[in-house]
Amino acid sequence: MSLTLPGLRSVGVDSSLITAENLTAGYRDKIVWRDANFTFGRGEFVAVIGPNAAGKTTLFRLLLGLQQPVRGTIKIFGAPPKRGNPRIGYVPQRHVIDSETNIEALELVRLALSGKRWGFNPFSHSDRDAAIAALESVDAMEVAHRPLGVLSGGELQRIFLAEALVSNPEVLLLDEPLSNLDMRRETDLLHLVDDVVRSRGITALLIAHNINPLLPHLDKVVYIASGRVATGKPSEVLTSESLTALYGIQVEVLRDPHGNVAIIGLEEHHGDV
Amino acid sequence: MAFSFNLLSDLQEMWSYQFMQHAFEAGTLIAIIAGVMGYFVVLRRSAFTAHAFSEIGFAGAAGVLLLGINPIVGLLLGSSLGGLAIAALGRRAANRDAQIGIVLAFALGLGVLFISLYSGYATAAYSILFGQILGISSSDVLLTLVAALIIVATVAVIYRPLLFASLDEDVAEAKGMPMLFLGTTFMLLVAVAVSFSVQVIGVLLIFSLMVTPAATAQRMATQPQRAIIISVAIALFATWSGLFIAFYEPYPVSFFITGLVFALYLMVRLIQRIGRGKLIILSRNDS
Repeated sequence: MSLTLPGLRSVGVDSSLITAENLTAGYRDKIVWRDANFTFGRGEFVAVIGPNAAGKTTLFRLLLGLQQPVRGTIKIFGAPPKRGNPRIGYVPQRHVIDSETNIEALELVRLALSGKRWGFNPFSHSDRDAAIAALESVDAMEVAHRPLGVLSGGELQRIFLAEALVSNPEVLLLDEPLSNLDMRRETDLLHLVDDVVRSRGITALLIAHNINPLLPHLDKVVYIASGRVATGKPSEVLTSESLTALYGIQVEVLRDPHGNVAIIGLEEHHGDV
Repeated sequence: MAFSFNLLSDLQEMWSYQFMQHAFEAGTLIAIIAGVMGYFVVLRRSAFTAHAFSEIGFAGAAGVLLLGINPIVGLLLGSSLGGLAIAALGRRAANRDAQIGIVLAFALGLGVLFISLYSGYATAAYSILFGQILGISSSDVLLTLVAALIIVATVAVIYRPLLFASLDEDVAEAKGMPMLFLGTTFMLLVAVAVSFSVQVIGVLLIFSLMVTPAATAQRMATQPQRAIIISVAIALFATWSGLFIAFYEPYPVSFFITGLVFALYLMVRLIQRIGRGKLIILSRNDS
């Protein structure tokens, strides 16, 4: 940051895959959060954290082009987001998968490629091969032919990850993939996501409730609470000083000897957002 | 007409009656469309919506009966209007059981009024509510053929997008797929399928062709194409067997069809339960 070498200017511009300037999100009559500024580069692993209903998924909806900014600009790949961008892989929080969904996992991953095509054409072999490769990359081939309805939470998250990866995205948006997983599966999935995004140079944004399991993997953090957005390296953002300055109220960031963080002062009193 | 254990001569005798020919022709076409559309109805958890269509269609059929028009026109009108209304509300809204229930109860009441105003009260109501495949005319068969061609052709075109949108709605929306178009087309196809299925099975027994075969098939195959083929096969088997038995027995075709699909469903569940039990025993021995 402090070094300014003229020769590196173009590198800096090129590496910013996602940028937001004075971005305000929400609806005309209800602002969810305002004045966010951030830049994410190629291959960065970013955690999006904050209390319930703070507007974490809203950020994803903006990036997917499902919602328009109220004010300010947001750009992805150098242009405003548009719906149906194949360069973005998306794992939503809610899926309609229940125990009655008796369709094998491979079909879902394959449909993520062929589902956009019209006409009845028995699925091509290249789609099938791509789906198998995606399932192999998340180490889920052993459940490829099992019905979605009988898979465990951790297995399903791997399938959803494969579903998002099958079209070779450059940006991956993961909405709370860790909820409903026990600690061991949470760690396993995080390592898997880390491996996949590092090896492919994918920029990954991951929404989570608890930042602590993510800390060893992160390049940046987006902290959304009470209508404001703080962004930067975890060590810069998650301090009492920076959060207190941003929110204008006393915020305490506590760290235990293992490096775990607890944020006091913002989690409780913002039922309005 | 007596059953002779010589299947060929039995069938020959059956086919010498024109009403049986028409019944088999229309029954075959309807089993195909109900089997195909039923798969998506079950996959999208839209069974209740399909039932609502048939009862709104009943009001339409009873209404046009008063005007001396073919009930199928009223069925198509009623169920299509219901389909468009529910599609316009969106899929999440389509799952609002209470609202759909309120509308269908009102529609059924309206149907009862229309039927009571109609002079041929008992038979007309009975055939719409419980099906009257043995009274089907050659022009009705032709109309059914047109409907079947439209449904199969449309499903062939939208097959993959509809399947993906049904399975993973949020991802499909983010991928920029035309969700409103797919949802509306699906609802209209179900409305048409329901309207024609009513000829065989009637408004009240619509599930036995639109839901039971597909639900059984979904338990038997984890690949959509296979499940759809099985669903159609079950609907065909039940319709053909139902017609065959009803030719010799004095009971309604719709009873035999509902009974056969129900028996098949129970059989598949039972076999799967026994099979699963064996699997558990095997894995216990292994470990």
